[in-house]
Amino acid sequence: MTKRELIEEVVHARTDLPRREVEALVNGVFDTLSDALARGERIEIRGFGSFIVKRRNAREGLNPKTGQVVAVHAKRVAFFKAGKELKQRVDSRPVDGVAVDGVAVEATRKAEPARTRTPSRKPASATPEVARASYGMAAAGGEE
Amino acid sequence: MTKADIVERIYEKARASKKDASEVVDAVFEMIKVRLERGEKVKLSGFGNFVVHEKRPRKGRNPQTGEEIVISGRRVLSFKASQVLKGTINSGRPISSGNELDGSGR
Repeated sequence: MTKRELIEEVVHARTDLPRREVEALVNGVFDTLSDALARGERIEIRGFGSFIVKRRNAREGLNPKTGQVVAVHAKRVAFFKAGKELKQRVDSRPVDGVAVDGVAVEATRKAEPARTRTPSRKPASATPEVARASYGMAAAGGEE
Repeated sequence: MTKADIVERIYEKARASKKDASEVVDAVFEMIKVRLERGEKVKLSGFGNFVVHEKRPRKGRNPQTGEEIVISGRRVLSFKASQVLKGTINSGRPISSGNELDGSGR
C-alpha cells in the first residue's frame, strides 16, 4: 500500500468528508511525525508503535570498492519499534516454510482470512520442541 | 508526541473539525495495521516504508541453561526511513557531542 492508496481508502471510508480535507489530514499526519523526529522528539502511537531518534557518532568508514578510509559524520537515525498489539497482529498467522529439522511446515498463509488469530502456530507434530524465545522466563533456575 | 498531539497540529490547516481529524488519524493507523497484518508492505513516500519480514525457524540456545531450543519462524515488522526523512532528521539542529535528545528513549 502506498500513501496514495491509503488516502483513497480513507476517502472511501469517510464519504462525508471532502477529499481535499482527507488529503490534508493524512499528509499532515506524516509531516507532523517527520517534524517531531527532526526535533528529536519521541513519538508514541498506542497500539501501533514508537519512533525514536538515536545519535550515531562520527566514525571512519571504508569505501568497500576502493578500500579507502573515509570520514563518516555524526548523524541521527530514526528507529521504529512496533507496539505489542501490532507485533502480535503481524505475527498472528502461522508462518509457512521449513522447520529446522527439515520437516516441511504446511503452507497455511493465504488460506485464512487476515484477521483470525492463531494461537498455536504450527501443527504440533511437525516441530515438537518449538519454543518461543522466552529466554529468562524459561530459566528454571531454582524450581526443583 | 502522541495521537492527540498529532490531531492538534493538523486539524486547523486541513480545515477539519477536531473530531473528524481525530477519527481520520485513528483510521490511518488502523488501515496501516490491517495491511501489515496481511503481510503487505506499506510505503509512505517522503516518510518511509514498513515491511514485514518472515523469519525462518532457527536453532537457539537458552543462555542461562545452555539448553538447545528451536526458535519458531515468525514475522517481524521493520521500518526504513526514506531519504527525505533521513535528511529532515539531520537538518537544523547541530549534532552535539555529548548526550543529547531527551526524547531518545534511552
